Amino acid sequence: MTATRAVAGTRYPELLWDAVLACDEYAARDVAFAALDAGVSAESVLLDVVGAVQRRVGVEWAAARITVAQEHAATAINERVIAALATRTPRPAARHGRITVSCVDGEWHALPARLLAETLTLRGFTVDYLGAQVPAPHLVAHLHRTAPEAVALSSSIPTRLPVAHATITACQAAGVPVIVGGAAFGADGRYARLLGAQAWAPDARAAADRLAAAPLPRPVGAHQPIDDLPHLADQEYSMVARSATSLVAAVYAGLAERVPAMRDYGEQERQHTAQDLAHIVDFLATALYVGDEELFTGFVAWTAGILAARGVPPHALHAGLDLLAARLRDFPRAGRLVAAGIDQLERIH
Amino acid sequence: MPNQAEAGPGWPAAPVAIVVVDTDGVVADVNDAGRALLPDVAVGTVLADPWLRDAHDRVLAGGAETAIGRLGERSIVAHPVRHGADVAWWLVDTTAEEELRLERRRTDFLATASSALLASLNPDRCMEMTAQLAATYLADAALVIAPGRQGWLPMVSCVRDGHPVRDERVANPDEVPGLGEALRGFPPVPSRWIDPAGAPEWLRPPDFGEVGSLVVTPLPGHGVPAGALVLLRRSQQAVFSDDEELFARLFAARAGSALSAAHAYAQQALITDVLMRDLLPPALREVGGVDFAGRYRAALDTDRVGGDFYDVHPAGDGRAETLAVLGDVCGKGLEAAVLTGKIRTTLRALLPMADDHQRLLRLLNDALLTPASTRFATLVLASAVRDGAAVLLRLTAAGHPPPLVVRANGEVEEVDTRGMLVGVLPTIRSRTATVTLDPADTCLLYTDGIVEVRGGPLGNEMFGERRLRGALAECAGLPAEATAERIHMLAMQWAGDRPHDDMAVVTITASRGQHLTAVGGHGRGRYTS
Repeated sequence: MTATRAVAGTRYPELLWDAVLACDEYAARDVAFAALDAGVSAESVLLDVVGAVQRRVGVEWAAARITVAQEHAATAINERVIAALATRTPRPAARHGRITVSCVDGEWHALPARLLAETLTLRGFTVDYLGAQVPAPHLVAHLHRTAPEAVALSSSIPTRLPVAHATITACQAAGVPVIVGGAAFGADGRYARLLGAQAWAPDARAAADRLAAAPLPRPVGAHQPIDDLPHLADQEYSMVARSATSLVAAVYAGLAERVPAMRDYGEQERQHTAQDLAHIVDFLATALYVGDEELFTGFVAWTAGILAARGVPPHALHAGLDLLAARLRDFPRAGRLVAAGIDQLERIH
Repeated sequence: MPNQAEAGPGWPAAPVAIVVVDTDGVVADVNDAGRALLPDVAVGTVLADPWLRDAHDRVLAGGAETAIGRLGERSIVAHPVRHGADVAWWLVDTTAEEELRLERRRTDFLATASSALLASLNPDRCMEMTAQLAATYLADAALVIAPGRQGWLPMVSCVRDGHPVRDERVANPDEVPGLGEALRGFPPVPSRWIDPAGAPEWLRPPDFGEVGSLVVTPLPGHGVPAGALVLLRRSQQAVFSDDEELFARLFAARAGSALSAAHAYAQQALITDVLMRDLLPPALREVGGVDFAGRYRAALDTDRVGGDFYDVHPAGDGRAETLAVLGDVCGKGLEAAVLTGKIRTTLRALLPMADDHQRLLRLLNDALLTPASTRFATLVLASAVRDGAAVLLRLTAAGHPPPLVVRANGEVEEVDTRGMLVGVLPTIRSRTATVTLDPADTCLLYTDGIVEVRGGPLGNEMFGERRLRGALAECAGLPAEATAERIHMLAMQWAGDRPHDDMAVVTITASRGQHLTAVGGHGRGRYTS
């Protein structure tokens, strides 16, 4: 390979960001090609230019500085750029084994998995990229058909962790080891270990390094999700997850009484409120699942920030958590989580 | 010399064999159970079994440990009890416990093996697993050989503590006594008839050394042999006993079943893949300066296809327009999918009529309308052609929700087209609408699975057309891919974990490529792609 040029210090990420926000697929592609022509390696264009822009999309979206629609558009443009790069870069000969790359079902952020798939291909793996929206039965059927060396599973949304766990277990039951990555598994990969994955990687480069270093150990013996998480025996997760919509409805009704401003809400605002409550209950259920308070308090803090940006009075969230706590009086673990969420809010204000 | 009275009451009839041995290694006394266990032993004879004599010498030298060994067919634990200068050896028969322990080990192994073998339905992986298990528990090395084709033998070999190694080579299985038979499904050849020295080079893993003994066991399959298992031991190891050979056969039976199941699954999966290929929704892309994007999700997670479908047929054969079709047939699951396949094939055949939507729908209606069948479908036809920077669309809905158009400014319009569903009545009517998509306008075709999905934060609300229009308004100016994904995502998230119907969306926009040439603004202009 010829000497490659580092991306750091170049304007490529900035130029691609502008092209992507302008929805200009062709300008975006030209930036990527220009980087290639200037001697930046294909992997670096993928991860340090396209990947950097995509990370920035995530940050801007989380801070409510770009709309969801813009996020979708940016992702669509980046997907095109990746496809164009693939046609411009020679595929190396297969030097490594076969890897299946997939998102956890319900995960809509397919791009990190796509970047990993492309990186692995460039490193000489044989890659089956299944993308987003892959139900676990399809994934397992694929594993039986192709017998890959490992599955790389991507998830960015923590609330998909229970599904991720079921998927990890299903892959392992089919005899295939699993490496996981993505924000859902925690910045330090704590949930990856908790859910019994064979390996975790903080980013695509690290995942490719890990897989190239040595094959992952094959899973031994059948095991079930409950074996990893004995605290689930208290049934609190099951109860909260199963009654999520009635919890949301009850808290919503209570909120309408306690927050006078809600009476003037339009359809759109009512919808937002119900959705915010649904997210809170989802995160509560997930925190119960993994048995981690921080997962819930972190989300409460983030929601408080978003609501402030949207101009929602801060006491509305507090009132919502109070109402939730009242509904969960019979569930000690859930009650403690909500109380921790309320503490978190009080620290913010 | 002790006598029975000194030894205590009941000594002669004690249920444990006792042999009293003096300092010279001569038997001084033996009880009834001892005589039964050791018929050759009598008072005055010298202790004959070397392991027991060694143990006796150690006790005389001051030791006191128990000894373990075999007397004839029995496993014995010998406990020394000092008896004056002599030693009374209490010989406890542990044969039953030994057998139980061995049996338990074997049961454990079979349980481990079964769950390991059941894990994968992939034939290659299953062969590897079989070789690895056999090399770990049954022999120093193992080979799994599959029935080959045209002289090629696929095989996996594994040395104890090693990784399975795949290989395929031209070899004659009859070079190994018993192997040809095993691969043809004949009964196993006893290992004592097999000369390990005659084993061909290819059978021996590299650096394995000399083969001391060899067992060839058939892997029984479902009707046809699944292959053969070859177990190898090095020459310094004990040869395989009859009992071990029998046990290897028990393992081989399980491995054979697993391999056959994996083969059957692989074959079914292949058939399904081939038959399914034409039923899967196609990948959409830019055609003639018009961007198309589609998203699909079957109602059941286990299905990949269902009753919704879409296709995009590029212009050609005298037609200037590209035809996009999105539809929904009655029913769900595989049967509905088969019907979509028929409709899609029929539509492909009717493409020359695509200039006239009414005529095309009439012909499709005739094709579906057979006295014996109750098959019907709703669909939307969209004929698209680039016109300068804009896209001209002719849209016809037949019993289907009319398409929506979102303008660059976020305004959402319903396209004014109505029509009757196809496959029910002998004559059908429909009305075609014409729409111009300016740059950054998007047309959305969708099936009712999108709007009728129930769920949402409060549980049982329908997603509905109003929310769909709201969502589409937010997509103003987005690329076709992004709009299709966003609408699909919102509907799926609305459903959450609740059941939903098949869902399909297709979006159409003008490509944003630099317009290179266009012949009079009409026809198939060339665009960078």
